Amino acid sequence: MLRKRNKNDAPQAKVINISHGDGGLKTGELINRFILKYLKNEILEKLEDSASLYIEAKNIAFTTDSFVVDPIFFPGGDIGKLSICGTVNDLATTGCTPFVLSLSLILEEGFLLKDLEKILMSIRKTIEEINLSNNGVGLRIVAGDTKVVPKGFADKIFINTSGIGLNQSNIEISPSKIKVNDSILINGGIGEHGLAILSQRKEFNFKTDLVSDCAPLNSLVNDICKASDKIHAMRDATRGGLARVLIEMAQASKTTLEIDNVKIPIKKEVRGLCEFLGMDPLYIANEGKMVIFVESKDAEKVLGAMKNNKYGKGSQIIGKVVKKDQGIVVLNTEIGTKRILDLHYSEQLPRIC
Amino acid sequence: MNIKEICSEINSLVRDQDKKSINIMEVCGTHTMEIARNGLKQLLPPEINLISGPGCPVCVTPVNEIDNIIEILKDYDVSIFSFGDMIKVPGSSSSLAYEKSIGKDVVICYSPLYALEFAENNPDKNVIFIAIGFETTAPLSSVIVKRASDKKLRNFFIYCTHKIIPPALEVLLKDKKVRIDGLLLPGHVSAIIGSNPYRFIAEDYKIPGVISGFDPAGILQAIKMILLQLQQEKPKIEIEYKSVVKEEGNTVAVNQIHEVFQIQDSMWRGLGSIPKSGLKLKPVFASFDAKLKFPIKKLNSREPKGCECGNVLKGIKKPDDCKLFAKSCTPDNPIGPCMVSSEGTCAAYYKFYRIKY
Repeated sequence: MLRKRNKNDAPQAKVINISHGDGGLKTGELINRFILKYLKNEILEKLEDSASLYIEAKNIAFTTDSFVVDPIFFPGGDIGKLSICGTVNDLATTGCTPFVLSLSLILEEGFLLKDLEKILMSIRKTIEEINLSNNGVGLRIVAGDTKVVPKGFADKIFINTSGIGLNQSNIEISPSKIKVNDSILINGGIGEHGLAILSQRKEFNFKTDLVSDCAPLNSLVNDICKASDKIHAMRDATRGGLARVLIEMAQASKTTLEIDNVKIPIKKEVRGLCEFLGMDPLYIANEGKMVIFVESKDAEKVLGAMKNNKYGKGSQIIGKVVKKDQGIVVLNTEIGTKRILDLHYSEQLPRIC
Repeated sequence: MNIKEICSEINSLVRDQDKKSINIMEVCGTHTMEIARNGLKQLLPPEINLISGPGCPVCVTPVNEIDNIIEILKDYDVSIFSFGDMIKVPGSSSSLAYEKSIGKDVVICYSPLYALEFAENNPDKNVIFIAIGFETTAPLSSVIVKRASDKKLRNFFIYCTHKIIPPALEVLLKDKKVRIDGLLLPGHVSAIIGSNPYRFIAEDYKIPGVISGFDPAGILQAIKMILLQLQQEKPKIEIEYKSVVKEEGNTVAVNQIHEVFQIQDSMWRGLGSIPKSGLKLKPVFASFDAKLKFPIKKLNSREPKGCECGNVLKGIKKPDDCKLFAKSCTPDNPIGPCMVSSEGTCAAYYKFYRIKY
């Protein structure tokens, strides 16, 4: 049975105080009682100023990303899960296996400790899922930092994660490898993350059953790379949506891409909401969608492998690289016309990730 | 009828008429965008010249309205609530977006109800909603003003820039420089006002008009109906968008507008002052009028130098006739409103016609 609270007990701290960021006793308490409780491993628990790592790979990938999403808990995820998936997916785009992460928290004074705990639990759960299929590498958080800012100087919690990935195959996967005739694939429906977030904002007045597609894609990328050694490039379609990724890839590889609008997987509800809100689903953020460029003879094989993965059920071949050129994306519409996708069009939605 | 069939009929109608060019103006900005986004010009014979009209509310709002709103923001302690496009429109020397970035209280909202709720929950703040749009959005503005009145809110106001479409069309048809053979009439506005207010177009100016929906097939079908009228030389106002638009319109919504607003003359960017083309709160609702509650000094507003938005709105010039287009004026750094608005003609040209394939 739980002991009843005694009058003389110190009041339980329920929120983040400025003293949690002073580097003293309270900071230690925050790290020990919360962060290490959920994310402990033999490197992190040393609490050294930097982590010493032994890396058994010639090539590594290194990336960083910050997360300021509003709200911090949303259908399909939360800022914790997002901060791990975001960096892991960026590492996965190079075909690398995520190896270590750093985690920096900027906390607003008054932030509820129970919300921090929920976020840390979600981070742990996401890392556990990643490690179920991570080429035998156990992904860990090995470095971190916490800062507290006075009330009003940040909004609840901002997170930065950086990550190192190991290139075990030594195959270079990069937009510079894109070739004419490559097939372009995506692992499922677009626009769901952005709309799920917006539905939670009070200035938008709509309800939806859509949930964020926020997911770690390391296992999907593993399956893809096992299915074909002719993967030329990958990129996750986050901010700016599928359109931005395609345009960037076209520009980076100086090729023209042709995309068939009818083949792009878009849920009916996404289409309907976009029409209602005057938005274009092609430009709405995703957090669990990978765009893959593969030599066309392997396209069906890769598509099959993707469809067998939990995060690739709705995979489709959406287009191909048609020629060397200035780098543009042509969308073939349902009615047989062509439209150029332009970067100068954005939904301008702040704090979507 | 499918798109292929409609297009083949359009082609044969154009062939029969043996005209060098047939100018069809799409009045509504949403039509402009849908035509561009779906590449509909690729399906039409070269004789058909689609011209964009003045049906983008942000675009036709004159620069002095923007300046006035910014001046209110500077002179008084107020929170301005606005739709997103409006805040990016450059005024003479600033924009609401700039004022927001330096700390002024400007909130982007997607529904006026949000502004009303905010006012209710923050009685110590003066909240101004920028009421913009044609007959489509005016009923909603009426609803919130009535609601604010019922709740006896003393801190909620609207800055009204509402305009009505038919008088602007008459100005265009009178203009000798504007050559229009047919009008593709707006779907949403007409859902409210019906088809009767456009009858003068066919009766007095002998020009066909068809109220069209927004899907590609609907727009093409409406173009075909205009061509048929031209062939038969029997101009009339027809409705293609029958699933939504009734001849008599939506009388409930129209009554709502007239309950709260009265008609007055209004300035349009590019078109000048047009008699009886704007809405103003009726005297009983005057306490919600931001223009009365927050008086400001008279400002000397000036249109951006070199900007052709005025002529673009009349269909006299195309966006790429403007020297600024895609050079100093881009969606990221717009000079004129037609480049700002998501329904603006310049924005449509920039996004969909600038890169040739």
